[in-house]
Amino acid sequence: MSRALGPFAAVLGRDLLLAWRGRADVLVTLAFFVVVVCLFPFGVGAEPNQLRAIAPGVLWVAALLSTLLSLHRLFAQDHADGTLEQLLLTPEPTVLWVVAKICAHWIATGLPLVIVAPGLALLFDVEQGALGVLVLSLALGTPILALLGAVGAALTLGLRGGGMLLALLVLPLFVPVLIFGAGAVDAYLSGSGAQAHLLLLGGGLLGSLALAPLACAAALRIAVE
Amino acid sequence: MKDMQKPERSKSLFRFAAPQMFYPLAGRIAPWFAGIAAILAAVGLWLGFFVAPTDAIQGDVYRVIYIHVAAAWMSMFVYMIMAFWSFVGLVMNTRLSFIMSQALAPTGAMFCFVALWTGALWGKPTWGAYWVWDARLTSQLLLLFLYLGFMALTRAIEDPRRADKAGAIIALVGAVNVPIIYFSVKWWNTLHQGASVSLDKAPSMATTMLTGMLVMALAAWAYTIAVALWRVRSLILERERHTEWVAAELNALEGKI
Repeated sequence: MSRALGPFAAVLGRDLLLAWRGRADVLVTLAFFVVVVCLFPFGVGAEPNQLRAIAPGVLWVAALLSTLLSLHRLFAQDHADGTLEQLLLTPEPTVLWVVAKICAHWIATGLPLVIVAPGLALLFDVEQGALGVLVLSLALGTPILALLGAVGAALTLGLRGGGMLLALLVLPLFVPVLIFGAGAVDAYLSGSGAQAHLLLLGGGLLGSLALAPLACAAALRIAVE
Repeated sequence: MKDMQKPERSKSLFRFAAPQMFYPLAGRIAPWFAGIAAILAAVGLWLGFFVAPTDAIQGDVYRVIYIHVAAAWMSMFVYMIMAFWSFVGLVMNTRLSFIMSQALAPTGAMFCFVALWTGALWGKPTWGAYWVWDARLTSQLLLLFLYLGFMALTRAIEDPRRADKAGAIIALVGAVNVPIIYFSVKWWNTLHQGASVSLDKAPSMATTMLTGMLVMALAAWAYTIAVALWRVRSLILERERHTEWVAAELNALEGKI
């Protein structure tokens, strides 16, 4: 057990330390999230009922876009300085440290969004009872985005115009997460209960946790080959 | 690409997995399928536009179905076949499988687009809108995005080996996601809209209508096979341009012209 956790913890710790040292990057992602959310009232008008109706969708789309913007950083630096090749050469299972890297990435970029989201929801006059559902749906959903996005990030590693390509590759795959994530809050507000949506998100998280790292590891090997 | 020795003449069908062997075979088969496609399309369109009766409710507008349904079916089948060849390529490491999946993608995307386009033209007179966020329409649109992503990725990577494998992975990830996307969109749709457009209840169909549709579907199959084979031939020539047999092939072609 501890033998398996050793490299996992090492990579997780290293990536978190790197994220902490370069916290300006992390804050930019967070600021992007906040700014995008705040733009919507200017676009659609500040009518409270309308804002309340679009709030879950807006928060979720903004979370999805800021995840997308930060994804390219997941492997790019390690690819540039050769760390990635060294990691692939180690006898440790690739999937293990890939999961560790995705975990660290989510803690650095996804978790802040989850924490900030209820505050932003209040700007849209969302009912206070729904804030818990919103946080829970984001906490379950954003790791799925990070896992799926990691596959795309590994596939587009080191390509010209990789960022745009990454968006084209992963955004269609994000649609179910968006539907169930924003749907959870809507379902709570409409009184039918968010349980089904949250269960599906949880199932999606477990499913992508099982499959996405495998695809991601294969994609990394292809990219470095 | 490096080993230049002649492949041994085995009797097994697997010998056609070598691009050099498949190239002439594809060239021989493709015109047949193209001919079949042309004949079937002519028959199907004749059945659809002249023989089949006018629909009691929709009038003559419904006749777009003969193109629409065939294109929609084909767009989904092609993605499955693409994912299948990607899987075979990753497991058996055969170059031809990757070439096949890349040759199929543009045709699949084309059918996807045709299905959406004809659907929009059909939707305007019958539903009063070019587009509704119906589950089928939406998942068809997302399928088009998956095709575009696959093609963009394989074009963006210069090294063909990496392009092959990366494309195969995204095709498989997409194939796993297609049912999830379909059902999530369907559920989202039923939650957001009440009874809007019901495509599920197929009205009882006259036999000629059904025959016309099936003939058109077969025509789409034959067309896809022919076009994919021709595209495979071009891709093989492009990939193997450094080999002796391609040089000989091109010289022979020049001689003919």
